[in-house]
Amino acid sequence: MSTPTSNTNPLLRAWYDKETRSVIVQIIAAALILAFFSFIINNAVVNLSNIGKDINFSFLWDNASYDINQHLIEYSSTSSHFRAMIVGLINTLLVAVAGIVLATILGFLLGVMRLSSNWLTQKIAYVYIEYMRNVPVLLHILLLHGLIVSSLPRPKGSYNFGDTFFLNNRGFQMPSPEFQSLFWIVSGFVVGGLAFAWWFSRHAQKVQDTTGKAYPVALINIAAIVLLPLAVYFILGSPIEWDVPALKGFNFKGGMVIRPEFIALWLALSLYTAAFIGEIVRAGIVAIDHGQTEAAQALGISNSRVLKLVVIPQALRVIIPPLTSQYLNLAKNSSLALAIGYMDIVATIGGISLNQTGREMECMLIVMGIYLAISLIISSGMNWYNNRMQLVER
Amino acid sequence: MTKETYAPGTHPSLPPPKNTVGVIYWLRENLFSSATNSIVTLVSIYLLYLALPSAINWLFIDATYVGTTRKDCAPDGACLAFIGERFNLFVYGFYPAELRWRVNLATLLLVVAGAAVLWDKIPARKHMLKFAMVYPFIGAWLLTGGFGLESVGTHLFGGLMLTLTIGVTGIVFSLPLGILLALGRQSNLPIIKYFCIGFIEFIRGVPLITLLFVASTMLSYFLPPGTTFDLLMRVLIMVTLFASAYMAEVIRGGLQALPKGQLEAAESLGLNYGQAMRFIILPQALKISIPGIVNTFIGLYKDSTLVIVIGLLDPLGIGRASVADSDWLGLSTEVYLFVAVFFFISCFGMARYSLYLENKLNTGHKR
Repeated sequence: MSTPTSNTNPLLRAWYDKETRSVIVQIIAAALILAFFSFIINNAVVNLSNIGKDINFSFLWDNASYDINQHLIEYSSTSSHFRAMIVGLINTLLVAVAGIVLATILGFLLGVMRLSSNWLTQKIAYVYIEYMRNVPVLLHILLLHGLIVSSLPRPKGSYNFGDTFFLNNRGFQMPSPEFQSLFWIVSGFVVGGLAFAWWFSRHAQKVQDTTGKAYPVALINIAAIVLLPLAVYFILGSPIEWDVPALKGFNFKGGMVIRPEFIALWLALSLYTAAFIGEIVRAGIVAIDHGQTEAAQALGISNSRVLKLVVIPQALRVIIPPLTSQYLNLAKNSSLALAIGYMDIVATIGGISLNQTGREMECMLIVMGIYLAISLIISSGMNWYNNRMQLVER
Repeated sequence: MTKETYAPGTHPSLPPPKNTVGVIYWLRENLFSSATNSIVTLVSIYLLYLALPSAINWLFIDATYVGTTRKDCAPDGACLAFIGERFNLFVYGFYPAELRWRVNLATLLLVVAGAAVLWDKIPARKHMLKFAMVYPFIGAWLLTGGFGLESVGTHLFGGLMLTLTIGVTGIVFSLPLGILLALGRQSNLPIIKYFCIGFIEFIRGVPLITLLFVASTMLSYFLPPGTTFDLLMRVLIMVTLFASAYMAEVIRGGLQALPKGQLEAAESLGLNYGQAMRFIILPQALKISIPGIVNTFIGLYKDSTLVIVIGLLDPLGIGRASVADSDWLGLSTEVYLFVAVFFFISCFGMARYSLYLENKLNTGHKR
């Protein structure tokens, strides 16, 4: 008896052994990766020292000396680059969160419309979704911005809504609140109402689980969160003063303004993402076996409760993972703000600050780091929600 | 009156009842089946009535089709005259006029190569596929020149041809790269696995425009001193890397959907890793991931518009420049709608092709 002895070469023998081979492959891969990184890092060090630059983040505390037209926190041209960065970050988060909210609402609406038994609504939703999905989002942003700036009137001829709200090509002017000292009582009631609603929902669920008795949870919660604080607000004599905008010369004074760049970006991102969410919602609902609906109907549950208690909870499991990536896309697409001059994180620290200080490396590191952090936060939040909605299997 | 008699089962089918056929029935069933449905229909019709006639009037009836400046256009209608004036710019960018035949030829060959890849009933497909394999080099040679052709700098690329260049390059290179990354991520060699995970998650976590910024302003820092690199080349590399990370995740979904038994069966037949992947795993995984792959292609194609933020002029960039042109001031809506039509046609076409492919490859998995 002889075993095949064709591989006498020890190197070849080692290669044919799975364990040894995986070690060899990994050593080679690690060497290549290390070589690559040391190559580019070395290049960067050499190149930077050649032009006398270093990597230094202290420029963040220098004067930014440029203006940002939309700032939710105190900011002026004498503030630091760091503060400009925070303002930009807040603007990014603002448009991302507002976009996610609107896109979700519109998306669910579109998904339901796509499944409607009404031929006309179904086709309208179909045409809308196909148009939105197949045209780049940057084009939507530019188109909407162009439409807003070119078709809305100048401040003089603003659309006037009861002398308090004005719409013109400088944006949407509206009154800004000035909180009086008594207002904290109202906010206290709102917080209390939220706490009560949280407790009450759980309590009602427990009661329903044990006795089958159902409270009108939604009504009571709305009363606690909205109606009671509202009543308190009026009892205290309306402790908010409204600063109403008024036309002075060529522009509006007072109040606050939602700028056209924000409106264009917000609407474009939401309308675009809503089309994708609509398709996701439709796919999620279609994925639920029709037997589920039929079984629920056979039990005599009303149609709206079938939807609420049987179809949607199951559909959400299918919907949430792709929905997460749509949220991530929306947050990342908000960086296209740059194209229309909305001052987000890319336009502030990655744009003007970068050009002023010439610190490309540091600025881009910051911008990328922030986006990575935002992506991480959104995906871990949605993962948490997904785990909660997941079917509990034995 | 004769009474006809039929043997059992030979009576011709009677026409359906009157109230279940025709327009009225269709309307009643699809638009007015219930009270809510009727209200929804009426509201939809009213909204369409508000939007459509004025839009059609503006876009077609009151529109001006011929003219040389904005002043030739009717004030109440769309000013489509610029399209004729600017058409060549939108298609060729700043490519020298006397060399445009090369772009045309490259596009024609692209259609031939594309047909070979996409359509399996094409005559002599074997040879056509060989041609498709070498097409990227022929196309690059025709567009940039050299080797006997007058060379054209890539800074002159623009318009539709730039979009096609970026789109086709990205599509051709991101698929194989994405497959490698997906396999790497599934690998049980930890170093390779974590490198792939790190790469994919980093790319997916940052917006494309930050990567394009890096490509346009900072890449020279990471190259040996004194090296320069064509801007378009850098953009192509970045777009390809970006799309390949998304591609990898789509393909990973397909790989994970396969039962483990497939790989085990392949191994028990004595296939090595490469053979198992090539003959057993990838054909099935790629088939499942077709919709996702095409979606990534469409995304890549649409994302190619982002190059305008670093100063390349694709159709959208040319549109944006035209909006600022003093001869054609205030035309943003017309310009952008024109560009939108172009993107819509190409992306919708790709989506339709993916549906066709899905149906064709759907062999025996239909429920």
